[in-house]
Amino acid sequence: MELHSAFLEAFFKWNLIERYFPAIMKGVGVTVEIAAAVVLTGICAGLALAVIRAFRARPINVVIVLFADALRALPPLVLVLLVYFGLPNLGINLPSFAVLWIVLSLVLAAFCEEIFWAGILSVPKGQWEAARSTGLTFLGTLSYVVLPQAVRLTVPPITNRTIAITKNTALGTVIGVGEILNQATTAQSFSGNATPLMMGAIAYVILFIPVVALGRFLETRFRWRRA
Amino acid sequence: MEALRQQFFNLAIMERALPLLLMGLRQTAILCLLLVPLGLSGGLLSALLSRSRARAMRWLALVAIDFFRAVPPLVLLIFIYSGLPFAGLRPSPLTAVAVAFFLNTSSYYGEIYRAGIESIPAGQWDAARSTGLSSAQAMIYVVMPQAVRNVLPDLVSNTVEVVKLTSIASVVALPELLYSADMARSVTFNSSPLVLAAAIYLLLLWPVVRLVSRLERRIAA
Repeated sequence: MELHSAFLEAFFKWNLIERYFPAIMKGVGVTVEIAAAVVLTGICAGLALAVIRAFRARPINVVIVLFADALRALPPLVLVLLVYFGLPNLGINLPSFAVLWIVLSLVLAAFCEEIFWAGILSVPKGQWEAARSTGLTFLGTLSYVVLPQAVRLTVPPITNRTIAITKNTALGTVIGVGEILNQATTAQSFSGNATPLMMGAIAYVILFIPVVALGRFLETRFRWRRA
Repeated sequence: MEALRQQFFNLAIMERALPLLLMGLRQTAILCLLLVPLGLSGGLLSALLSRSRARAMRWLALVAIDFFRAVPPLVLLIFIYSGLPFAGLRPSPLTAVAVAFFLNTSSYYGEIYRAGIESIPAGQWDAARSTGLSSAQAMIYVVMPQAVRNVLPDLVSNTVEVVKLTSIASVVALPELLYSADMARSVTFNSSPLVLAAAIYLLLLWPVVRLVSRLERRIAA
Protein backbone atom coordinates (compact mmCIF):
# COMPACT_ATOMS: atom_id res chain seq x y z
CA MET A 1 0.00 0.00 0.00
CA GLU A 2 2.84 2.33 0.96
CA LEU A 3 4.66 1.53 -2.29
CA HIS A 4 1.50 2.01 -4.26
CA SER A 5 0.88 5.52 -2.95
CA ALA A 6 4.55 6.45 -3.45
CA PHE A 7 4.20 5.40 -7.06
CA LEU A 8 1.04 7.50 -7.51
CA GLU A 9 2.78 10.41 -5.80
CA ALA A 10 5.72 10.25 -8.22
CA PHE A 11 3.92 9.56 -11.51
CA PHE A 12 0.23 10.47 -11.15
CA LYS A 13 0.09 13.38 -8.75
CA TRP A 14 -3.33 14.87 -9.23
CA ASN A 15 -2.65 18.55 -8.54
CA LEU A 16 0.31 18.44 -10.97
CA ILE A 17 -1.86 16.82 -13.62
CA GLU A 18 -4.28 19.69 -13.22
CA ARG A 19 -1.56 22.33 -13.22
CA TYR A 20 0.35 21.08 -16.27
CA PHE A 21 -2.53 19.83 -18.39
CA PRO A 22 -2.73 23.11 -20.36
CA ALA A 23 1.03 23.07 -21.07
CA ILE A 24 0.95 19.47 -22.30
CA MET A 25 -2.06 20.28 -24.50
CA LYS A 26 -0.14 23.21 -25.94
CA GLY A 27 2.65 20.77 -26.71
CA VAL A 28 0.16 18.44 -28.39
CA GLY A 29 -0.94 21.37 -30.58
CA VAL A 30 2.64 22.14 -31.61
CA THR A 31 3.45 18.47 -32.27
CA VAL A 32 0.35 18.04 -34.42
CA GLU A 33 1.03 21.24 -36.38
CA ILE A 34 4.64 20.38 -37.13
CA ALA A 35 3.80 16.75 -37.91
CA ALA A 36 1.05 17.80 -40.33
CA ALA A 37 3.35 20.31 -42.03
CA VAL A 38 6.12 17.70 -42.34
CA VAL A 39 3.78 15.06 -43.77
CA LEU A 40 2.44 17.50 -46.36
CA THR A 41 5.73 18.97 -47.57
CA GLY A 42 7.72 15.75 -47.19
CA ILE A 43 5.40 13.51 -49.20
CA CYS A 44 4.79 16.14 -51.91
CA ALA A 45 8.51 16.84 -52.29
CA GLY A 46 9.25 13.10 -52.40
CA LEU A 47 6.65 12.54 -55.11
CA ALA A 48 7.95 15.53 -57.09
CA LEU A 49 11.51 14.17 -56.92
CA ALA A 50 10.41 10.71 -58.06
CA VAL A 51 8.52 12.25 -61.01
CA ILE A 52 11.55 14.34 -61.97
CA ARG A 53 13.66 11.19 -61.75
CA ALA A 54 11.29 9.47 -64.18
CA PHE A 55 12.49 11.85 -66.92
CA ARG A 56 15.85 10.09 -66.59
CA ALA A 57 18.00 13.17 -67.10
CA ARG A 58 21.36 11.82 -65.98
CA PRO A 59 22.92 14.81 -64.13
CA ILE A 60 19.67 15.65 -62.32
CA ASN A 61 19.18 12.04 -61.30
CA VAL A 62 22.68 11.83 -59.85
CA VAL A 63 21.83 14.79 -57.62
CA ILE A 64 18.49 13.25 -56.57
CA VAL A 65 20.08 9.90 -55.72
CA LEU A 66 22.87 11.58 -53.74
CA PHE A 67 20.32 13.63 -51.83
CA ALA A 68 18.12 10.64 -51.07
CA ASP A 69 21.04 8.44 -50.01
CA ALA A 70 22.61 11.06 -47.76
CA LEU A 71 19.37 11.91 -46.00
CA ARG A 72 18.56 8.26 -45.48
CA ALA A 73 22.00 7.55 -44.04
CA LEU A 74 22.30 10.51 -41.65
CA PRO A 75 20.70 10.45 -38.20
CA PRO A 76 17.99 13.17 -38.14
CA LEU A 77 19.34 14.55 -34.85
CA VAL A 78 22.69 15.28 -36.54
CA LEU A 79 20.87 17.24 -39.25
CA VAL A 80 18.74 19.08 -36.71
CA LEU A 81 21.81 20.23 -34.75
CA LEU A 82 23.77 21.04 -37.89
CA VAL A 83 21.05 23.25 -39.34
CA TYR A 84 20.11 24.80 -36.01
CA PHE A 85 23.63 25.78 -34.99
CA GLY A 86 25.08 26.17 -38.47
CA LEU A 87 22.71 28.52 -40.25
CA PRO A 88 23.05 31.45 -37.81
CA ASN A 89 26.78 31.43 -38.61
CA LEU A 90 25.85 32.20 -42.21
CA GLY A 91 23.59 35.02 -41.08
CA ILE A 92 20.40 32.99 -41.54
CA ASN A 93 18.27 32.95 -38.40
CA LEU A 94 15.37 30.55 -38.48
CA PRO A 95 13.06 29.86 -35.55
CA SER A 96 13.61 26.39 -34.10
CA PHE A 97 10.24 25.02 -35.24
CA ALA A 98 11.13 25.98 -38.82
CA VAL A 99 14.45 24.14 -38.51
CA LEU A 100 12.66 21.03 -37.29
CA TRP A 101 10.05 21.31 -40.04
CA ILE A 102 12.63 21.74 -42.82
CA VAL A 103 14.91 18.94 -41.62
CA LEU A 104 12.14 16.38 -41.10
CA SER A 105 10.53 17.32 -44.43
CA LEU A 106 13.81 16.73 -46.24
CA VAL A 107 14.29 13.36 -44.51
CA LEU A 108 10.74 12.28 -45.31
CA ALA A 109 11.15 13.50 -48.89
CA ALA A 110 14.28 11.38 -49.30
CA PHE A 111 12.56 8.20 -48.10
CA CYS A 112 9.39 8.92 -50.09
CA GLU A 113 11.36 9.58 -53.25
CA GLU A 114 12.96 6.12 -52.98
CA ILE A 115 9.63 4.42 -52.26
CA PHE A 116 7.75 6.21 -55.07
CA TRP A 117 10.61 5.49 -57.45
CA ALA A 118 10.50 1.79 -56.56
CA GLY A 119 6.75 1.97 -57.20
CA ILE A 120 7.25 3.59 -60.60
CA LEU A 121 9.84 0.95 -61.53
CA SER A 122 7.45 -1.82 -60.52
CA VAL A 123 4.99 -0.83 -63.26
CA PRO A 124 5.79 -3.07 -66.25
CA LYS A 125 7.31 -1.50 -69.34
CA GLY A 126 4.39 -2.64 -71.46
CA GLN A 127 2.14 -0.24 -69.58
CA TRP A 128 4.36 2.67 -70.63
CA GLU A 129 4.51 1.53 -74.23
CA ALA A 130 0.80 0.88 -74.49
CA ALA A 131 -0.06 4.24 -72.97
CA ARG A 132 2.39 6.11 -75.21
CA SER A 133 1.10 4.32 -78.30
CA THR A 134 -2.43 5.56 -77.60
CA GLY A 135 -1.04 9.06 -78.06
CA LEU A 136 -0.66 10.04 -74.42
CA THR A 137 2.29 12.33 -73.74
CA PHE A 138 5.06 11.31 -71.34
CA LEU A 139 3.50 13.31 -68.50
CA GLY A 140 0.05 12.01 -69.39
CA THR A 141 1.31 8.44 -69.22
CA LEU A 142 2.98 9.12 -65.91
CA SER A 143 0.01 10.80 -64.28
CA TYR A 144 -2.88 8.74 -65.70
CA VAL A 145 -1.36 5.28 -66.13
CA VAL A 146 1.83 4.75 -64.17
CA LEU A 147 1.41 6.76 -60.96
CA PRO A 148 -2.09 5.47 -60.09
CA GLN A 149 -0.73 1.91 -60.15
CA ALA A 150 2.59 2.81 -58.51
CA VAL A 151 1.10 4.84 -55.67
CA ARG A 152 -1.23 2.03 -54.65
CA LEU A 153 1.74 -0.22 -54.00
CA THR A 154 3.52 2.43 -51.99
CA VAL A 155 0.75 3.10 -49.47
CA PRO A 156 2.00 0.81 -46.65
CA PRO A 157 5.71 1.68 -46.78
CA ILE A 158 4.94 5.39 -47.09
CA THR A 159 2.58 5.21 -44.12
CA ASN A 160 5.10 3.41 -41.94
CA ARG A 161 7.90 5.76 -42.87
CA THR A 162 5.69 8.79 -42.30
CA ILE A 163 4.74 7.56 -38.82
CA ALA A 164 8.39 6.97 -37.94
CA ILE A 165 9.41 10.43 -39.10
CA THR A 166 6.54 12.32 -37.48
CA LYS A 167 7.54 10.68 -34.19
CA ASN A 168 10.89 12.42 -34.69
CA THR A 169 9.14 15.71 -33.88
CA ALA A 170 10.22 14.79 -30.33
CA LEU A 171 13.78 15.63 -31.41
CA GLY A 172 12.63 19.26 -31.46
CA THR A 173 12.96 19.31 -27.69
CA VAL A 174 16.76 19.36 -28.10
CA ILE A 175 16.60 22.73 -29.89
CA GLY A 176 13.76 24.07 -27.74
CA VAL A 177 10.69 23.56 -29.92
CA GLY A 178 7.74 23.66 -27.49
CA GLU A 179 6.32 20.26 -28.45
CA ILE A 180 5.02 17.61 -26.04
CA LEU A 181 8.35 16.28 -24.80
CA ASN A 182 9.71 19.78 -24.32
CA GLN A 183 6.67 20.87 -22.30
CA ALA A 184 6.89 17.68 -20.25
CA THR A 185 10.60 17.94 -19.40
CA THR A 186 10.25 21.64 -18.57
CA ALA A 187 7.30 20.91 -16.27
CA GLN A 188 9.21 18.01 -14.75
CA SER A 189 12.18 20.16 -13.81
CA PHE A 190 9.91 22.88 -12.38
CA SER A 191 7.83 20.50 -10.31
CA GLY A 192 10.54 18.03 -9.34
CA ASN A 193 8.14 15.21 -10.10
CA ALA A 194 7.79 12.66 -12.88
CA THR A 195 4.05 13.23 -13.37
CA PRO A 196 4.51 15.60 -16.36
CA LEU A 197 6.76 13.03 -18.08
CA MET A 198 4.05 10.43 -17.61
CA MET A 199 1.50 12.87 -19.05
CA GLY A 200 3.75 13.50 -22.04
CA ALA A 201 4.21 9.78 -22.68
CA ILE A 202 0.45 9.23 -22.42
CA ALA A 203 -0.17 12.10 -24.84
CA TYR A 204 2.13 10.46 -27.39
CA VAL A 205 0.42 7.11 -26.96
CA ILE A 206 -3.02 8.68 -27.44
CA LEU A 207 -1.80 10.55 -30.53
CA PHE A 208 0.10 7.73 -32.18
CA ILE A 209 -1.70 4.47 -31.27
CA PRO A 210 -4.46 5.17 -33.83
CA VAL A 211 -1.82 5.98 -36.45
CA VAL A 212 0.15 2.81 -35.71
CA ALA A 213 -3.07 0.81 -35.89
CA LEU A 214 -3.87 2.45 -39.23
CA GLY A 215 -0.41 1.47 -40.48
CA ARG A 216 -1.01 -2.12 -39.41
CA PHE A 217 -4.37 -2.15 -41.19
CA LEU A 218 -2.94 -0.73 -44.42
CA GLU A 219 -0.10 -3.23 -44.29
CA THR A 220 -2.49 -6.17 -44.39
CA ARG A 221 -4.82 -4.37 -46.82
CA PHE A 222 -2.30 -3.66 -49.57
CA ARG A 223 0.64 -6.03 -49.40
CA TRP A 224 3.83 -4.34 -50.56
CA ARG A 225 5.54 -7.52 -51.70
CA ARG A 226 3.82 -10.62 -52.74
CA ALA A 227 6.10 -12.92 -50.79
CA MET B 1 31.38 31.47 -49.61
CA GLU B 2 34.37 32.06 -47.36
CA ALA B 3 32.04 32.12 -44.32
CA LEU B 4 30.61 28.79 -45.43
CA ARG B 5 34.07 27.27 -45.64
CA GLN B 6 35.13 28.77 -42.31
CA GLN B 7 32.02 27.67 -40.45
CA PHE B 8 31.37 24.25 -41.92
CA PHE B 9 34.55 22.94 -43.51
CA ASN B 10 37.24 24.35 -41.26
CA LEU B 11 39.99 21.76 -41.61
CA ALA B 12 42.05 23.07 -38.70
CA ILE B 13 39.11 22.68 -36.33
CA MET B 14 38.19 19.31 -37.78
CA GLU B 15 41.72 18.11 -37.20
CA ARG B 16 41.61 19.22 -33.58
CA ALA B 17 38.20 17.62 -33.03
CA LEU B 18 39.06 14.35 -34.73
CA PRO B 19 40.55 12.49 -31.70
CA LEU B 20 37.49 13.35 -29.62
CA LEU B 21 35.18 12.24 -32.42
CA LEU B 22 37.04 8.97 -32.83
CA MET B 23 36.53 8.29 -29.14
CA GLY B 24 32.85 9.01 -29.68
CA LEU B 25 32.82 6.70 -32.68
CA ARG B 26 34.20 3.93 -30.47
CA GLN B 27 31.30 4.43 -28.06
CA THR B 28 28.86 4.40 -30.97
CA ALA B 29 30.37 1.13 -32.21
CA ILE B 30 30.10 -0.41 -28.73
CA LEU B 31 26.49 0.76 -28.50
CA CYS B 32 25.67 -0.83 -31.86
CA LEU B 33 27.34 -4.11 -30.90
CA LEU B 34 25.22 -4.14 -27.77
CA LEU B 35 21.92 -2.79 -29.09
CA VAL B 36 21.56 -4.59 -32.42
CA PRO B 37 21.85 -8.15 -30.98
CA LEU B 38 19.64 -7.08 -28.08
CA GLY B 39 16.98 -5.84 -30.50
CA LEU B 40 17.30 -8.85 -32.81
CA SER B 41 16.78 -11.31 -29.96
CA GLY B 42 14.05 -9.22 -28.32
CA GLY B 43 12.36 -9.03 -31.70
CA LEU B 44 12.46 -12.79 -32.09
CA LEU B 45 10.91 -13.15 -28.65
CA SER B 46 8.16 -10.65 -29.42
CA ALA B 47 7.44 -12.30 -32.80
CA LEU B 48 7.10 -15.71 -31.16
CA LEU B 49 4.93 -14.33 -28.35
CA SER B 50 2.69 -12.52 -30.83
CA ARG B 51 2.08 -15.88 -32.53
CA SER B 52 1.61 -17.77 -29.29
CA ARG B 53 -1.23 -20.24 -29.03
CA ALA B 54 -2.48 -18.62 -25.81
CA ARG B 55 -4.86 -15.88 -26.79
CA ALA B 56 -4.06 -13.65 -23.80
CA MET B 57 -0.33 -13.86 -24.52
CA ARG B 58 -0.90 -12.98 -28.16
CA TRP B 59 -2.93 -9.91 -27.27
CA LEU B 60 -0.47 -8.81 -24.63
CA ALA B 61 2.39 -9.05 -27.12
CA LEU B 62 0.50 -7.09 -29.79
CA VAL B 63 -0.50 -4.36 -27.33
CA ALA B 64 3.11 -4.05 -26.13
CA ILE B 65 4.42 -3.90 -29.71
CA ASP B 66 1.96 -1.18 -30.73
CA PHE B 67 2.57 0.73 -27.50
CA PHE B 68 6.34 0.85 -28.00
CA ARG B 69 5.94 1.70 -31.67
CA ALA B 70 3.69 4.63 -30.71
CA VAL B 71 6.05 6.22 -28.20
CA PRO B 72 8.94 8.10 -29.83
CA PRO B 73 12.25 6.52 -28.75
CA LEU B 74 13.53 9.82 -27.34
CA VAL B 75 10.44 10.08 -25.12
CA LEU B 76 11.00 6.54 -23.89
CA LEU B 77 14.66 7.26 -23.22
CA ILE B 78 14.00 10.45 -21.29
CA PHE B 79 11.20 8.79 -19.35
CA ILE B 80 13.53 6.00 -18.28
CA TYR B 81 16.51 8.24 -17.63
CA SER B 82 14.85 11.11 -15.80
CA GLY B 83 11.52 9.60 -14.77
CA LEU B 84 12.59 6.36 -13.10
CA PRO B 85 14.76 8.08 -10.46
CA PHE B 86 11.46 9.27 -8.97
CA ALA B 87 10.58 5.63 -8.41
CA GLY B 88 13.89 5.07 -6.67
CA LEU B 89 15.72 3.59 -9.69
CA ARG B 90 18.75 5.44 -11.01
CA PRO B 91 19.76 3.93 -14.33
CA SER B 92 23.15 4.97 -15.74
CA PRO B 93 22.99 6.54 -19.23
CA LEU B 94 24.07 3.23 -20.74
CA THR B 95 21.42 1.22 -18.87
CA ALA B 96 18.75 3.76 -19.80
CA VAL B 97 19.77 3.61 -23.47
CA ALA B 98 19.88 -0.19 -23.44
CA VAL B 99 16.42 -0.53 -21.87
CA ALA B 100 14.81 2.12 -24.11
CA PHE B 101 16.35 0.62 -27.25
CA PHE B 102 15.43 -2.91 -26.21
CA LEU B 103 11.77 -1.95 -25.84
CA ASN B 104 11.66 0.15 -29.01
CA THR B 105 13.74 -1.87 -31.46
CA SER B 106 12.38 -5.25 -30.32
CA SER B 107 8.94 -4.10 -31.40
CA TYR B 108 10.18 -3.11 -34.85
CA TYR B 109 12.32 -6.20 -35.37
CA GLY B 110 9.45 -8.30 -33.99
CA GLU B 111 7.02 -6.98 -36.60
CA ILE B 112 9.54 -7.74 -39.34
CA TYR B 113 10.10 -11.31 -38.17
CA ARG B 114 6.36 -11.79 -37.88
CA ALA B 115 5.81 -10.66 -41.47
CA GLY B 116 8.55 -13.10 -42.49
CA ILE B 117 7.05 -16.03 -40.61
CA GLU B 118 3.62 -15.25 -42.03
CA SER B 119 5.03 -15.22 -45.56
CA ILE B 120 5.86 -18.94 -45.29
CA PRO B 121 3.02 -21.09 -46.64
CA ALA B 122 1.31 -23.48 -44.21
CA GLY B 123 2.39 -26.40 -46.40
CA GLN B 124 5.97 -25.89 -45.23
CA TRP B 125 4.87 -26.37 -41.65
CA ASP B 126 2.78 -29.41 -42.45
CA ALA B 127 5.55 -31.01 -44.49
CA ALA B 128 8.17 -30.34 -41.81
CA ARG B 129 5.94 -31.72 -39.06
CA SER B 130 5.03 -34.78 -41.11
CA THR B 131 8.71 -35.74 -41.44
CA GLY B 132 8.74 -36.07 -37.65
CA LEU B 133 10.26 -32.70 -36.73
CA SER B 134 8.92 -31.19 -33.51
CA SER B 135 7.26 -27.79 -33.87
CA ALA B 136 10.35 -26.10 -32.43
CA GLN B 137 12.55 -27.94 -34.92
CA ALA B 138 10.19 -27.06 -37.77
CA MET B 139 10.49 -23.41 -36.72
CA ILE B 140 14.28 -23.43 -36.42
CA TYR B 141 15.25 -25.55 -39.43
CA VAL B 142 12.45 -24.98 -41.93
CA VAL B 143 10.45 -21.82 -41.32
CA MET B 144 12.92 -19.32 -39.87
CA PRO B 145 15.64 -19.66 -42.53
CA GLN B 146 13.12 -18.96 -45.28
CA ALA B 147 11.36 -16.26 -43.27
CA VAL B 148 14.59 -14.38 -42.56
CA ARG B 149 15.60 -14.58 -46.22
CA ASN B 150 12.26 -13.08 -47.25
CA VAL B 151 12.56 -10.10 -44.91
CA LEU B 152 16.32 -9.61 -45.09
CA PRO B 153 16.09 -6.13 -46.68
CA ASP B 154 13.76 -4.99 -43.91
CA LEU B 155 16.04 -6.41 -41.22
CA VAL B 156 19.05 -4.64 -42.70
CA SER B 157 17.18 -1.37 -43.18
CA ASN B 158 15.90 -1.50 -39.60
CA THR B 159 19.44 -2.07 -38.42
CA VAL B 160 20.47 1.11 -40.24
CA GLU B 161 17.69 2.87 -38.32
CA VAL B 162 19.02 1.47 -35.03
CA VAL B 163 22.55 2.67 -35.78
CA LYS B 164 21.20 6.13 -36.66
CA LEU B 165 19.08 6.10 -33.54
CA THR B 166 22.12 5.64 -31.28
CA SER B 167 22.65 9.38 -31.84
CA ILE B 168 19.82 10.14 -29.39
CA ALA B 169 21.99 8.70 -26.60
CA SER B 170 23.75 12.08 -26.76
CA VAL B 171 20.67 13.61 -25.09
CA VAL B 172 21.39 11.66 -21.88
CA ALA B 173 25.09 12.63 -22.07
CA LEU B 174 26.38 9.28 -23.25
CA PRO B 175 29.61 10.32 -25.01
CA GLU B 176 28.96 8.75 -28.42
CA LEU B 177 29.79 10.26 -31.81
CA LEU B 178 27.15 13.00 -31.93
CA TYR B 179 27.71 13.96 -28.30
CA SER B 180 31.43 14.35 -28.90
CA ALA B 181 30.83 16.39 -32.04
CA ASP B 182 28.39 18.67 -30.27
CA MET B 183 30.87 19.13 -27.40
CA ALA B 184 33.53 20.14 -29.92
CA ARG B 185 31.03 22.49 -31.56
CA SER B 186 30.16 24.25 -28.33
CA VAL B 187 33.82 24.67 -27.44
CA THR B 188 34.91 25.98 -30.84
CA PHE B 189 31.72 27.90 -31.75
CA ASN B 190 32.06 26.30 -35.14
CA SER B 191 29.88 23.77 -36.97
CA SER B 192 32.75 21.88 -38.60
CA PRO B 193 32.86 19.12 -35.94
CA LEU B 194 29.18 18.40 -36.67
CA VAL B 195 29.97 18.25 -40.39
CA LEU B 196 32.79 15.84 -39.61
CA ALA B 197 30.45 13.66 -37.53
CA ALA B 198 27.92 13.70 -40.39
CA ALA B 199 30.69 12.64 -42.76
CA ILE B 200 31.59 9.72 -40.47
CA TYR B 201 27.95 8.58 -40.26
CA LEU B 202 27.71 8.83 -44.05
CA LEU B 203 30.89 6.86 -44.55
CA LEU B 204 29.56 4.08 -42.31
CA LEU B 205 25.96 3.94 -43.44
CA TRP B 206 25.96 4.96 -47.09
CA PRO B 207 27.15 1.55 -48.34
CA VAL B 208 24.48 -0.15 -46.26
CA VAL B 209 21.75 2.17 -47.56
CA ARG B 210 22.85 1.34 -51.12
CA LEU B 211 22.84 -2.36 -50.25
CA VAL B 212 19.28 -2.11 -48.93
CA SER B 213 18.09 -0.45 -52.14
CA ARG B 214 19.68 -3.26 -54.17
CA LEU B 215 18.31 -6.03 -51.98
CA GLU B 216 14.85 -4.49 -52.19
CA ARG B 217 14.95 -4.35 -55.95
CA ARG B 218 16.22 -7.91 -56.25
CA ILE B 219 13.38 -9.28 -54.15
CA ALA B 220 10.78 -7.14 -55.90
CA ALA B 221 11.94 -8.41 -59.29
